[in-house]
Amino acid sequence: MEFLTIGAVVNGGTIIAQLLIFLILLALLRAYAWKPLMGIMKQREEHISNEIETAEKNRAEAEKYLAEQKDELKKAREEAQAIINNAKQLSENQGKEIIANAKDEAERIKKEAVAEIEREKEAAINALKEQVASLSVMIASKVIEKELDEKDQEQLINDYLKEVGEER
Amino acid sequence: MEHNHPEVELFGLVFNLSTILTSMIAAVIVFIIAIVATRNLQLKPTGMQNFIEWVFDFVKGMINSTMDWKTGGRFLTLGVTLLMYIFIANVLGLPFALVLGDNELWWKSPTADPTMTLTMAAMVVVLSHYYGIKMKGLADYGKGFLSPMWWMLPLKIIEEFANTLTLGLRLYGNLYAGEVLLALLAGLMTSGWLGAIGGAIPMLAWQGFSLFIGAIQAFIFTMLTMVYLAHKVADDH
Repeated sequence: MEFLTIGAVVNGGTIIAQLLIFLILLALLRAYAWKPLMGIMKQREEHISNEIETAEKNRAEAEKYLAEQKDELKKAREEAQAIINNAKQLSENQGKEIIANAKDEAERIKKEAVAEIEREKEAAINALKEQVASLSVMIASKVIEKELDEKDQEQLINDYLKEVGEER
Repeated sequence: MEHNHPEVELFGLVFNLSTILTSMIAAVIVFIIAIVATRNLQLKPTGMQNFIEWVFDFVKGMINSTMDWKTGGRFLTLGVTLLMYIFIANVLGLPFALVLGDNELWWKSPTADPTMTLTMAAMVVVLSHYYGIKMKGLADYGKGFLSPMWWMLPLKIIEEFANTLTLGLRLYGNLYAGEVLLALLAGLMTSGWLGAIGGAIPMLAWQGFSLFIGAIQAFIFTMLTMVYLAHKVADDH
């Protein structure tokens, strides 16, 4: 069965055989070669896009962590600064307090000392008064023994002593 | 330089045995290459897998240059198979030709037979019509024949047959001419020692050139297949 002639005979059997050969080849290749190959190519594509996604996610996370760390560091620095400032303030206050206390204490001690001195002086004067009294009595008794009785003598001494006290 | 064809008649059909034989050999070679290349598939490709993936990327580029990938992706395996099959068929007749018995040409490129090339061309055109109807619907497909002007219809119908003929005959003509010249040079080289010397260098050159032509023609056939398919399935025409 010859259909037409173009330089050579074109014939039906060859056409059918040729079609069969090519279509069978196409079917076989599709089933056994191209399908797995395209599968692996697709898989690789997915793998790569997954990897890229993961990398991007990781990078974003890393950046987030970095920012967090920076914040933390800043906060820590501020805290440290605050602690130092507080400590300084505290030490200053304490120092002032100590100095004030010391001043008070010194003042108190001084006052006490002055009071003590006053008291001692008073005591000394009193003691002296008595001594002077008895001494003057003894002296007077020796000087004007017999001229004065004891009662007039005491009167006289007391008058003198009063004079002494007023003079002072 | 005319050869006879080893033909047999069966059930009223004529079979050209040499074309069928070499076609089958080409198909088997393509199949073996494909199987070897995809036998040990890995995410990190090596050796033959690299090669076959390069072929896929190459055909992908062809499809992308004619239509968008969403409609064209389904033709990838067809394109790769066409490209490899036609290239192998083209270079099959390069190293030698085998003439047996009653001047019967047994070994040649199957693509040097117009029956083979026109069969492939017709198959491609029929495929393009099939996908045109399947993907755009019968109405849109029919409208394609009336655009841009209704009176273009006869031209459009002629175009389909012209496409088939040019697609098949381009491949056939290139390969047949190459084989004829190779046969002439072979004849020259067997004519005597002077002819052997004179024919050796042109033979070498022509074989190299034929290899180039074989690759180019396989590329052109696949490219035009994609163009025709795109013409039928693309929305923007």
